[in-house]
Amino acid sequence: MNKRFTRILATSIAAAALMGTLGACGKGSSSATTEGSKEITMWTHAAGNPAELAATQSIVDSYNKSSGAKAQIKVQAFPQESYNDSVVGAASAGKLPCIVDIDGPNVPNWAWAQYLTPLKLSVDLSKNLPSTVAKWQGETYAVGYGDVALSMFARKSDLAAAGVRVATVEKPWTKDEFQDALTKLKALGKWEYPLDMGTAGAGEWLPYAYSPFLQSFGGDLINRKDYQSADGALNGDKAVEWAKWFRGLADQGFMAKKSGKDSTQDFLNNKSGILYTGSWAGDKARKALGKDLAVMPTVDLGNGPKIGGASWQWGVTSGCNNTEAAMDYLSYSLKPENVAAVIKATGGIPATDEAAALIPAFAEGGANRIFMEFSREYAVLRPETPAYPFIATEYGKAVQDILAGADPKTVLDKAVKAIDANIKSNGGYKS
Amino acid sequence: MTTTQLPTPRHAAAPGPVAPVPSVAPHRRRPGYLREQVSGWGMIAPAAVLLLAFVFLPAILGFGLAFTNARLISPRPVEFVGTDNFARLFTDPTFWRALLNVSYFAVVVVPVQSCLALAMALLINKKFRGVNFFRTIYFLPVVTSMVVVSLLWLFMYRKDGLINEILSTVSFGLIEGADWLNDPATAMPAIIALSIWQAAGFHMIIWLAGLQSISGELYEAAQLDGASRWHRFRYVTWPGLKHTRSLVLVTITIQALGLFDQVSVMTQGGPLDSTTTIIYEAVRSGFKQQETSYASAISLVFFVLVLLISAVQRYLTREKD
Repeated sequence: MNKRFTRILATSIAAAALMGTLGACGKGSSSATTEGSKEITMWTHAAGNPAELAATQSIVDSYNKSSGAKAQIKVQAFPQESYNDSVVGAASAGKLPCIVDIDGPNVPNWAWAQYLTPLKLSVDLSKNLPSTVAKWQGETYAVGYGDVALSMFARKSDLAAAGVRVATVEKPWTKDEFQDALTKLKALGKWEYPLDMGTAGAGEWLPYAYSPFLQSFGGDLINRKDYQSADGALNGDKAVEWAKWFRGLADQGFMAKKSGKDSTQDFLNNKSGILYTGSWAGDKARKALGKDLAVMPTVDLGNGPKIGGASWQWGVTSGCNNTEAAMDYLSYSLKPENVAAVIKATGGIPATDEAAALIPAFAEGGANRIFMEFSREYAVLRPETPAYPFIATEYGKAVQDILAGADPKTVLDKAVKAIDANIKSNGGYKS
Repeated sequence: MTTTQLPTPRHAAAPGPVAPVPSVAPHRRRPGYLREQVSGWGMIAPAAVLLLAFVFLPAILGFGLAFTNARLISPRPVEFVGTDNFARLFTDPTFWRALLNVSYFAVVVVPVQSCLALAMALLINKKFRGVNFFRTIYFLPVVTSMVVVSLLWLFMYRKDGLINEILSTVSFGLIEGADWLNDPATAMPAIIALSIWQAAGFHMIIWLAGLQSISGELYEAAQLDGASRWHRFRYVTWPGLKHTRSLVLVTITIQALGLFDQVSVMTQGGPLDSTTTIIYEAVRSGFKQQETSYASAISLVFFVLVLLISAVQRYLTREKD
């Protein structure tokens, strides 16, 4: 009998311990915000990128050691795929850390949701690359160390063999020239598909990579006058023209409907002739190809070449109870040498000229200087509206459907209908 | 494993010397009653608390949210909107397409997977050297995570992947395989094939348990009567698997209706919605598009569907006596 009683007791203790641990877990994560001024937490998406994480950590370490440190910063890193979900989850539970990093186009959405508080920094942001400062309704909510730029890579030897000129910032390829170049490259017979647009990509890559083409045709993701409807912008004649052109690239056998998993590696392994990718792949490609690598601007489809602006940026949450320290840290981290250190690790484009001067590749005449020009000349911000995350999913799906062979007008009309309904159901996303 | 069905004693859980007392005096409980109650509840408690907190409570909340305009991220107050979400859902062609895809998946997977699992179970229900080797082999895909399986098959299904290479080699170059996952006509069949391969082993184990609960004496008797192999299967094995059968049927159906992992990893519902499913649409609306209320409406409809189908299956496989 006694034995049975002990058994019951043991079970109850085990159960109580389990509940206790669960409770403790909850408490453990909440302490991030409630602890107060001594220590503040910072979240980053860079868990999958050791170089970037190390650069960020070293800035934090040097801030923590500095005499003027207003608080100790603690870094928590997440994998990029689950980062947004983690922030949204933490926000709905009211447990956001003080400092978060944010993908640029999501800033208006998070600002509208009152996750973020306007930045009050002690540094002047007026000379930063415009696409590295995220504003919404006249307030600055986030700032990035740099940006990235989309471009086209090719081997100079291939272009010469096909009799195609190298595109330049002064004279980018036009739509017809691009068509001609692809035809000639395909005729070389070296590749099954001469062009790799990274069509296997998913998520934010789809709007980031392909909406600039739409904008170069003269369409857009939404009417930017009042951000209330996508009608006419995303399903007008220009947009349909874009869809037909894009689909045509696949139909003519210029690119795969679904490219390989790693487009850069495929290009370096000579599985494609022209690679459409971002500046982050620049160093790797240059190391492999040396002087044979041609870094070219993207195609002018009517309204000049366009590329997406805004990369990952930093913001301070509205629930932070030591805003002063958070702002102080951000101001500290924006020193040119800190910006340069992170940019070197991520392969981005530095936000300021002072930082650029510290990186040989970006200094005047440097190998990566051209990306800075792309960013200054072509960058278009993705629509600065809280509706953006929704628009991005609808546009991404439209791109995939168009590539799979759906009727462009029908697909785009459907996307417009969904976007307009979403904006309306959110009261126009007015704050 | 027991081979005979003994009548279960009424108080199997009470290993005391106390025999069931006829309740002449209901207010006087037999000794040890309270302690038994406490230990019973104590044992249920951990599972019950976890289920309540992580299954029932969210489910009830979800039903409520389906009638509001709640969003994942929004400064706006949540409002009651009646059946707006359902009206939108039932006019959304993607939802109907998802429903169609799931039915297609279930209609193929349920019979094929259960037959395959039964065949595998019959094969390894023999005593021969190395039977454990085959049991392990058949069960191996089950212990592998579906996400890992999907990623592997993603490579195998590529246009220049393993499957097409094998097809081309064994047919001496005559058959050129399809671009399996990027063609609306072949994407769903491809996912069906991989799903059956991954999950059949699990149901094989359930069938096996059923097979081993059939008394060997019945087979001996059948053999003495001169019954053929087929007759032994038809008149001994098949009736003996009655309970196992309905269990397998219900679990495969529910598993098939909840198709998600493979789609999320391999096709994201494409091409042209040919592989989208109800759960995938719910996750897409709820997380990617932040429309919590709409996702809740989808989940509620899904819940009702599963409930209905399970009820019909329960009714059809009920004990008729």
